Amino acid sequence: MSKTPVQFRHNGVDVAVFVDGGANLLTAIREGVGDTAPKFGCGQGTCGVCTVLIDGEPHLSCITLAEAVAGRSVETADGLKNGPDLHPLQRAFMEHFAAQCGFCTPGMLMAAKALLDKNPAPSRAEVVEAIGGNICRCTGYEPIINAVLAAASAGPGRQRA
Amino acid sequence: MLEFRKEYFADERDENLNEIGKPTQRQDMVGHVTGTTTYFDDHKLAGLLHLKVLRSPHHHARIRGIDTGAAERAPGVRRVIRGADVPRNLNTLLSLLNFGKDDEPTLAVDKVRYKGEPVVAVVAHSEREAFEALAQIRVDYEPLPAVFDVEEALKAGAPVVNETYPKNSFEYHGRYDHQKLRFGDVERAFAEADHGLEERYQMSPIEHAPTETNGCVAAPETNGRYVVYTCAQGLFFSLDTCAKILDVPSNKLHFVGGTVGGGFGGKVDSLTEPLAILGAMLTGRPVRYVLGREEEMQFGSPRGAERIYVKDAVMRDGRITARKVTSYFDSGAYTRLSSYAVIKCAAHIPGPYTIPNVHADVYCVYTNRVPATAMRGFGVTAVDFAIECQMDKLAHLVGIDPMEFRILNAYRDGDMKAHRREAKNTALIECVQVAAEKAKWPIREEFRRMSSRAGGGGARAAVPHTPGTPAGGARPPAPQRTTYDRPPQPAQAPIFEPQKPSPSPPSPRQPTPAPATTQHGAARFSSVFGTRRR
Ligand code: FES
Ligand code: FES
Repeated sequence: MSKTPVQFRHNGVDVAVFVDGGANLLTAIREGVGDTAPKFGCGQGTCGVCTVLIDGEPHLSCITLAEAVAGRSVETADGLKNGPDLHPLQRAFMEHFAAQCGFCTPGMLMAAKALLDKNPAPSRAEVVEAIGGNICRCTGYEPIINAVLAAASAGPGRQRA
Repeated sequence: MLEFRKEYFADERDENLNEIGKPTQRQDMVGHVTGTTTYFDDHKLAGLLHLKVLRSPHHHARIRGIDTGAAERAPGVRRVIRGADVPRNLNTLLSLLNFGKDDEPTLAVDKVRYKGEPVVAVVAHSEREAFEALAQIRVDYEPLPAVFDVEEALKAGAPVVNETYPKNSFEYHGRYDHQKLRFGDVERAFAEADHGLEERYQMSPIEHAPTETNGCVAAPETNGRYVVYTCAQGLFFSLDTCAKILDVPSNKLHFVGGTVGGGFGGKVDSLTEPLAILGAMLTGRPVRYVLGREEEMQFGSPRGAERIYVKDAVMRDGRITARKVTSYFDSGAYTRLSSYAVIKCAAHIPGPYTIPNVHADVYCVYTNRVPATAMRGFGVTAVDFAIECQMDKLAHLVGIDPMEFRILNAYRDGDMKAHRREAKNTALIECVQVAAEKAKWPIREEFRRMSSRAGGGGARAAVPHTPGTPAGGARPPAPQRTTYDRPPQPAQAPIFEPQKPSPSPPSPRQPTPAPATTQHGAARFSSVFGTRRR
């Protein structure tokens, strides 16, 4: 099968991978780049565990063509922390018990980051809306919503630039 | 917020706890929030191949023939696996405890018994090539009548789902088609009761729907073993299951796991491990077998549905004097763990209440549905739903507050339970008291003052006269220790080529001791050894 080169920014670093025609972004990130933070849960855009940011917007990488991100910027949960310092969302998820098995967490974090980057002081309803496409089967959504609200109220001063 | 009600049973504890009651960060949390927790599918293996299975489109059909010729020649295909390639193509999960007969093939050979049953596996370079090859396999099916209802399945003349159990019910103690519980004389109690109430409860099958689907990656190691990265919930249970099916000593397998992307009971069946390891044995390469979302939802085993009939006798003063339960557990086409759930169910009846006359018949029934498995309290959850619905209705019937009605009938320390174990460490009364308080539900002072530690035992500790059983009530035999017997091994097991399988599936192994004792599940699975106070 012939391969197509795709070049994009991955968590701030330029990367290039070869993909099969029709390959999705999730496969390109997990197998091409080697970043296994985004997960496979359904491959059909229904669970949100593969959520990544493309130029700051949340997208489901399992139903995004890899070739569509050529020249663009992709962020995953692997790039959230700043060196050894956790992002406020990561700290809040830890403090509020917002993960059990952890499989939905990378997607949840990216959906929440997309929200807070645009809207640093969201209402509870806005948080619910933002993670509405992300399924969690273990934790229950309350701790997750509380964690996102706590990260937001930690204030822009704690947000990474 | 967690709240400790230390005033309860305060004299039974030392107050020298170092961890309990203090928040502690989980050690796996940093991995979860940084996306670095390593699930089975996050391992990188060079030369990885992908395994996919062809599933039955029929609920019940005879297999007349399978043509895999075109699939074998399809691009990217490394190996096509059929039932005859599986060294011991018949297993039952609890055979590791000598409980039940081998009844489920890894790949169907003569018959398919549920829609979605695996028939052929293909190992290919990519998932896509595996799917394309599967599409070229031709299976000649002769559809058979199917049965989906537990009571229909038990009627004479119903289609036989699983020939290992021709009556469509699991065999208990080597001869009974159901698990019995007999305590006291329910018929007499019904005759003497002020009121009776009989209801039917029907549960649905429930899919666990873990966010991570079932799967594993198996690879040859450099030391002649096979490493298996898996989401199995029972890692060593799965290891031994695979060792049996693949007919290799268990020290040939190296399981790595414990990190599960949501399980809830749906990852104890070894759905993918045996075929992935066999694929690695037959190709000498790492093999990945992961269920797609549709496979997980449709064919991953669910919580089994149960149909429960409950008939109760109650006196005007609120005392329940008899409870009779007939329950049917829908096991689907194979046993897996349902036989055990039935024993748990029977041991749990009549719930956390002291009722002097109890009678239960619980059936593990085979139907042409997807086989059921464990899920969060299975065997107990459904019957508790039925019992608690029944408690509300009974309270209403006699005009007593439902909270007080539960306290009135609650078991207490020292009471004899229907399965003939003394009730210890009971705390239902205290739970109801706190629940009522939290819900601002008024209960009368005398009920607020009752205690699980007072009023039990005495006459309530006796096993009542039970028609049909020896006087004084039979005690269960002591739990049996059993071992899983392995067949004799050849001196040297080949490393990448499993032994040539015999053309027909090996016959189920007979447990060496008499079935009547080795199959005594009630004793084996009893988990009531905890002592708080004695
Ligand atoms: S894997 Fe992308 S939405 Fe489920
Ligand atoms: S923590 Fe398991 S799915 Fe969310």
